[in-house]
Amino acid sequence: MPADNFEREKAIVNLQHEILNVDNLHAWFGDFHAVKGVSLAVQQGQVVALIGPSGCGKSTFIRCINRLHEEVPGARVQGRVTIGGQDIYGRGADPVRIRRYVGMVFQKPNPFPGLSIFENVAVGLKLGGISKRTVLDEQVERALRQAALWEEVKDKLRQPGTSLSGGQQQRLCIARALAVEPPVILMDEPTSALDPISTAKIEDLLHELKKSVTILIVTHNMQQASRVSDKTAFFLLGELIEYGETSQIFTNPARPKTEEYITGRFG
Amino acid sequence: MAVFRPAVGDRRRKFKSHLMMLVLMAAAVLGSLPFLFITWYVLQKGLGAVNWDFFTQIPKGPGETGGGVANAIIGSGVLIFLASLSGIPWGMGVGIYLSEYSTGRTARILRFAVDLLASVPSIVVGIFVYGLIVVPFGFSAYAGGIALMIIMIPVVARSTEEILRLIPAHIREAGLALGVPRWKVILRIIVPGSRAGILTGVMLAIARVAGETAPLLFTSFGNQFHARGLNQATASLPVQIYTFAKSGFEDWEQQAWAGALVLVLFVLFINLTTRLLMHQRGAKGHAG
Repeated sequence: MPADNFEREKAIVNLQHEILNVDNLHAWFGDFHAVKGVSLAVQQGQVVALIGPSGCGKSTFIRCINRLHEEVPGARVQGRVTIGGQDIYGRGADPVRIRRYVGMVFQKPNPFPGLSIFENVAVGLKLGGISKRTVLDEQVERALRQAALWEEVKDKLRQPGTSLSGGQQQRLCIARALAVEPPVILMDEPTSALDPISTAKIEDLLHELKKSVTILIVTHNMQQASRVSDKTAFFLLGELIEYGETSQIFTNPARPKTEEYITGRFG
Repeated sequence: MAVFRPAVGDRRRKFKSHLMMLVLMAAAVLGSLPFLFITWYVLQKGLGAVNWDFFTQIPKGPGETGGGVANAIIGSGVLIFLASLSGIPWGMGVGIYLSEYSTGRTARILRFAVDLLASVPSIVVGIFVYGLIVVPFGFSAYAGGIALMIIMIPVVARSTEEILRLIPAHIREAGLALGVPRWKVILRIIVPGSRAGILTGVMLAIARVAGETAPLLFTSFGNQFHARGLNQATASLPVQIYTFAKSGFEDWEQQAWAGALVLVLFVLFINLTTRLLMHQRGAKGHAG
């Protein structure tokens, strides 16, 4: 794939004000209907929090946005998802290319075993065809700075990624996702395995990141949702119950179910 | 808290526990004794015949003193090299396929087939290659290499598969989520990340075939001289030991012991190196 073409397409994506639009999305695992007709639109540069009790389909929902859901045997998707106006489930849309526009950070920090800190961040670029040493060095440093990890690792880039602490590993994974400069990043409970200090660092990071990236974050922590997000989507049993400004959802929810959940009456 | 005071049955229970532990310990010690005895015996019998000539000369005629097994050492090296050349990548390919691509029924059938191949007696492999290669083309290093390769493939395949299975699915997903195609995730991220473990399996497979005698009897046969090419009958250490040991000449029997010593030390060396590799991998594997 020619790099300049890739850059131009990315620029087109960046121009769109509404970066993500999901229309009537359904997802299944075999017979289990995990996501039931969810529609939602996300503006560029926003942080959207997805909340709801375990098993309500939030994770499955975001895994449909980078087409990772379909990698699970027996999984199926139906509906329309556009990123920058382009239908990612359209005819001929290639999941591998789509995933370059939509990065992902997972629940457990998962740096690639056996790869150094540097290689972990560079691997997406390298396997995408960039081999120039100076470009790699530059991009790796930029991504690590963006992930607020550079100062901690700049003297030990050759050490294995797995030698870092859990919180550092998670920021390494964020840097790995940022290195290929995706306009959208999905985060699936990125702090649920971390201590409060590491969690705070990552939350601070989100405020910085949203200047350049649109973020969808799944979280079980309602304080976290209210702290980091502009908009909040409340999921229950595979359905999107309510979606709106975070301040409104947490102070004056429109639906009784939402209020019950955020005040801790179930879930 | 009367419940926590020693009661009547306690002593009996503790006695039984200690007894069982002793039985198991004895089993473990007795189980490792044969290895110690073998090493000790081979050292005692063989060390006397190990000298410079042993490694540099070819065998003298029957009944003559002196000579060595240089041809057999080189031959073994050639055979192991030929077997590894195809057996290692082929076995790794099978292992990668089993772990990464095959699911459900196909996987079960394939895995069963690989396990069956691993348990085919090595002499049968020898006879098979004899019929396939030796009958039309004659004894050769190629035939021996192929026989050893067939023994190597399932060993490498299963160890590669086991190692790759240790890598959790979300690591692969992390690769896919970067926009890397699946085959590249496997070959450029997952496999290199498991290189120490895969190498361990490869080394053990080499150690396994290094001592094989039966499949070589019908394939590379044996040679009292240096082989002049890969299409010639070729000496190998195990077959040379076999020939010397049953010869009835004292000098040859001495050299058979020395050959056995070299073979045991080679296998021991590979196993120790492997241990070291495993240890290194464990040390840098799961910190943090």
